[in-house]
Amino acid sequence: MGVRTTLALAAGKTARAASRLRGGGSALPGLVTERIDPAVLRHTLGSLPRGVVVVSGTNGKTTTTKMLVALLRAHGLRVFTNPTGSNFTRGVISSMLGEVGLRGALAADVAVVELDEAHALHFSAQVRPTHSLLLNVARDQLDRFAEIDHTAQLLTTLAEQTTDGVVLNVDDSFISRIRGRVGDGVRVSWFGVDPSIADRLPELQEQDVRAEDTSEVVLDREERSAAALLLPADDGRAFTVRLPGDPGADVGPVTLRQRGLAAMINATAATAMARHVLGDDFRAGVAGAALARVAPPFGRGEVIDVGGVPLELVLVKNPAGFTVALGTYGSEPVATMVAINDNYADGRDVSWLYDVSFESLRERGVALTSGVRGWDMALRLRYDGVEVGDVETDLDAALDRFLSDHEGEPRRIFCTYTAMMHLRRRLADRFGLARFGEDPDA
Amino acid sequence: MTRPEGSSGVAVALPDDVAALAEVPADKGEVHVVHLYPREMSIYGDLGNTRCLAARLRWHGYRPVVHDHHPGAPWPERVDILLGGGGQDSGQVRVTEDLERHADRLRELAADGLPMLMICGMYQLFGEAFITVEGQRLPGLGILDVTTRGNATRMIGPVVLDTDFGSVVGYENHSGSTVLGEGQRPFGRVRHGKGNNGSDALEGARVGNVVASYLHGPILPANPTLADGLLEIAARRATGEWAPGEIDDTVATRAHQAQVRRLLGS
Repeated sequence: MGVRTTLALAAGKTARAASRLRGGGSALPGLVTERIDPAVLRHTLGSLPRGVVVVSGTNGKTTTTKMLVALLRAHGLRVFTNPTGSNFTRGVISSMLGEVGLRGALAADVAVVELDEAHALHFSAQVRPTHSLLLNVARDQLDRFAEIDHTAQLLTTLAEQTTDGVVLNVDDSFISRIRGRVGDGVRVSWFGVDPSIADRLPELQEQDVRAEDTSEVVLDREERSAAALLLPADDGRAFTVRLPGDPGADVGPVTLRQRGLAAMINATAATAMARHVLGDDFRAGVAGAALARVAPPFGRGEVIDVGGVPLELVLVKNPAGFTVALGTYGSEPVATMVAINDNYADGRDVSWLYDVSFESLRERGVALTSGVRGWDMALRLRYDGVEVGDVETDLDAALDRFLSDHEGEPRRIFCTYTAMMHLRRRLADRFGLARFGEDPDA
Repeated sequence: MTRPEGSSGVAVALPDDVAALAEVPADKGEVHVVHLYPREMSIYGDLGNTRCLAARLRWHGYRPVVHDHHPGAPWPERVDILLGGGGQDSGQVRVTEDLERHADRLRELAADGLPMLMICGMYQLFGEAFITVEGQRLPGLGILDVTTRGNATRMIGPVVLDTDFGSVVGYENHSGSTVLGEGQRPFGRVRHGKGNNGSDALEGARVGNVVASYLHGPILPANPTLADGLLEIAARRATGEWAPGEIDDTVATRAHQAQVRRLLGS
């Protein structure tokens, strides 16, 4: 551990203290640290005994990471993670600053980090992951990643750089075809949906961009028997993670606190990676109990108690994600607001809204649209025949109006990333919620 | 609205019940809207243009018929307006053969005055040629006298143009750098953004009723004057006249103005 690392960590810790006093953003202290010691990640994470697990893919990173951390901790491991949803390298460094000594020693057995597809490579150039969990590829913020094929390539490169094991999604051909690209001796495990519910796959991923793709992988018997497969119960809330090779070890039935098929597949992915990391130490009963306790991450179906009535914050950031969210929540009779910003973290191009069908909102209508692109959202809804009560582009004014106009009713806000951050800050101030970076069960 | 049998649209261009929301009868005749390669060439929401045209036709009192044309499928029996969008490189490769098969037909339709809206990747394919970063020259349809060169840097961001259809707002995201041939008219002049190549302040291209542009957004919903300009030509070809209804465009106008104000500060 060099002097440079110590200096960098000291500067980062100072920046962190200052930024916490201001209640400021989570990435700046990491940026400060990285500037002084670009190799700070390798110096601190590179020597953890159980390795470094990277979670990446377009949708479900934050939820899956949180579940995987809960699974590993329930099995007694000390886990370092980046719980703030700040999934760039500087976000990882920022989270580390609270837990690392100036000499770079981190009191952890394993690191589990959520990384944005593009930044995952920046990270792996510093620290080669021992394990990678690759979830899915969908259109997301194309102004940043340019093309979906490019995104798939980034994840492939990440897998190639992984040293011990990768866990892949058998149902997403962009991910499953990575099987042929991992290094010698790197173990491949799988997660997916049980073949009996294959007809529900369209709820989880868009099919159109892979229409011409016939290169479906077929797992050999050994792989199939080691795969973790999602089997929802008939009630729609509980599910089992089937482990075909060892039916006695199936996880569940489990009922998650977060709703919807997407959360279940995330839990399945996290279970597959937990087994992969823990090996014979994995315990199905411990895993089921841990998954049932995981609270939804901020803004991902998080329920806020507003005077005894639930207000749900649902993050939406790309066509697949918004479609899944509408499939999970869309037909419920609640008052709805949609807040669309177009800052960098939201994706600056709002064209993607036209790749989502909003028909499920038609019956009840949308009370209010807001955000910088509130008018564009209202226009989008008009083309799906969804009535919009009003447009208020100012988020604070819109939130005030939404809360007062629909007092006593269940409410839901679909929002892009920066709109969610803004609204959640306001809600935290008013209703005494934990703030970002202070997740009570992280 | 009716959808021809056998058109397995990926994204539905217009939900059937939007037609029911129109308060006017659809008694002014059919207008056939053909979207080229909706699977391969519309990853940036460009299907929204087709949805917009179908809805506006219905609101104007016409009956829209939407055809999705996929590679290898027979050419639709009728076309009154043709749309195409942007795709990724692998999508462009998958449509090339079909585009070659229909090249003469498309050139004739363009010369005959059929209204077309070609966005981004399809704009490039309608040009003379695309020259890759490695220097390989890929011939285009030659309907537009434009040449595009592969470029290391992408031109990305919100755009405001001045066009024959008034101001137009949208979002560009392209690595190709396009230059107009001598005498080739642009679609618009750039007031904010990069445009065709970032240096001559020109955007898109226009020949007759063929309008081509890099702008997503998608381009039509927030630019209703452009949408109706194209529909007027299509309706005249289809029915002999243009008899627009009254559409409340308050929301579209506010969305448009909000972007103009943000980007131009006026």
